[in-house]
Amino acid sequence: MSHSLTLTINGTRQDVTLDDPRVTLLDLLRERLDLTGTKKGCDRGQCGACTVILDGRRINSCLTLAVSCTGSEVLTIEGLAQSDGLHPVQAAFIEHDALQCGFCTPGQIMSAVGLIMEGQAGNDAERVREAMSGNLCRCGAYAGITQAVLAAQARIGEAA
Amino acid sequence: MNLFEYQRAATVAQAVASGESEGAVFLAGGTNLLDLMKGNLVRPARLVDISRLPGLDAIEFLPDGGVRVGATVRNSDLAHDKKFAKLFPAVAEALLSGASAQLRNAATVAGNVMQRTRCPYFYDAASACNKREPGAGCDARGGHTRLQAVLGWSEHCIATHPSDFCVPLVAFDAVAEIDGPQGRRDVALETLFLLPGDTPHRETVLAAGELITAIRLPAEAAGFAGHARYMKIRDRTSYAFAVVSVAAGLRIDDDRIVEARLAFGGVALKPWRAREAESALVDRQVGRDTFAEAAALALRDAKPSGQNDFKIELARRLAVRALTLAAAGSLARSAPLPASVVNLV
Repeated sequence: MSHSLTLTINGTRQDVTLDDPRVTLLDLLRERLDLTGTKKGCDRGQCGACTVILDGRRINSCLTLAVSCTGSEVLTIEGLAQSDGLHPVQAAFIEHDALQCGFCTPGQIMSAVGLIMEGQAGNDAERVREAMSGNLCRCGAYAGITQAVLAAQARIGEAA
Repeated sequence: MNLFEYQRAATVAQAVASGESEGAVFLAGGTNLLDLMKGNLVRPARLVDISRLPGLDAIEFLPDGGVRVGATVRNSDLAHDKKFAKLFPAVAEALLSGASAQLRNAATVAGNVMQRTRCPYFYDAASACNKREPGAGCDARGGHTRLQAVLGWSEHCIATHPSDFCVPLVAFDAVAEIDGPQGRRDVALETLFLLPGDTPHRETVLAAGELITAIRLPAEAAGFAGHARYMKIRDRTSYAFAVVSVAAGLRIDDDRIVEARLAFGGVALKPWRAREAESALVDRQVGRDTFAEAAALALRDAKPSGQNDFKIELARRLAVRALTLAAAGSLARSAPLPASVVNLV
């Protein structure tokens, strides 16, 4: 049995037909829609590399069935930069050297975008670290990541 | 992952009817279920998607002072609801100390209640597990037992219930509202979970097709709002299951304890309510000796299920800490590391 769904991905409405209900949102993005910026790390919800924003909230796309997302809006790393340049979180990651190998970076950045939207951490580094604990970085760029999140949040706050 | 039939339910009645069939499992946030399915540990014939059922996603403050939380309310939405956190601070603290922000954003409150144990032998398909396969045996016995149960376990299963949220829920007499093929019923959360005995594959009292539609906290639970804490010991500062956790609530009148609530997480296959200890605290002066006596009473029947004696003493000490901090007063806002003993605030 095939499943028809409609998703808005990075602002563009897409109709998708799935022949298998087992496809996760992560595999839909990577394998069927060629949006490979979202990474598959553990595929079990432990590493955060697959983080995307689903209907305004950050989630692990590896633990989400695509069929259950019909009608939803998805924001991935590919949808972040606008014509006038990088998103403030992307810019801050570069500025603060918040990565080494870069594999976890799309997930870190999407998680940071979600964190800032949630508005719970404030300028408290400890709250930022706790709120980013669902994203692992095997290179250990955590210090830079925390600085980048705080800097981006301040910049977005000034702009608002 | 096995192939399954996917159905989206439009109404609770439809979900119940669809969920009653052999091999059917309800899907909401999916954070635990998808993980289990990827490991081939759960192989449902049918997934009944209840994530968008109308009317199940509301937090409703009841006229009598209690609250009804719809089954599909997300963990993060409940924890960050200002009114809820003010009335039930230990519950909010427990929610925020569990999992990661991404998981809390997806996981529902009823899904949290229904999550399966994180026993590594249950999670390893190559290990014998009486939960997965009745009669297969329990490889956790004599295995790596550090995080296993110290209360209520049997030779057939020594696993623990992993939830943080459920610990204060049980402490404060939460009730699960259930809809099912035989109609609606309320079940006290404390009695929803079954201890392993010789049937560890039976985990709750729910029958096929029965669906939790809401979790209710009674008005009395809000009576502890001024003195309620959740404390959690974990192997890393964030994003880890509890080694041991404690929910404590006190009603205090001029340093005299009027009423007490005490429950433990990470010690048994269900959140462990310590009623004897609660009774022993009533009419006593707030203080370390009083709390130590209650903690000793709470763990009196505990026994190691392997090399985990340390959890018993750890649970006692954490209970004293949680009661001491509860007596000092609830936090106006959850600390940067919710429920962590490393908080200095």
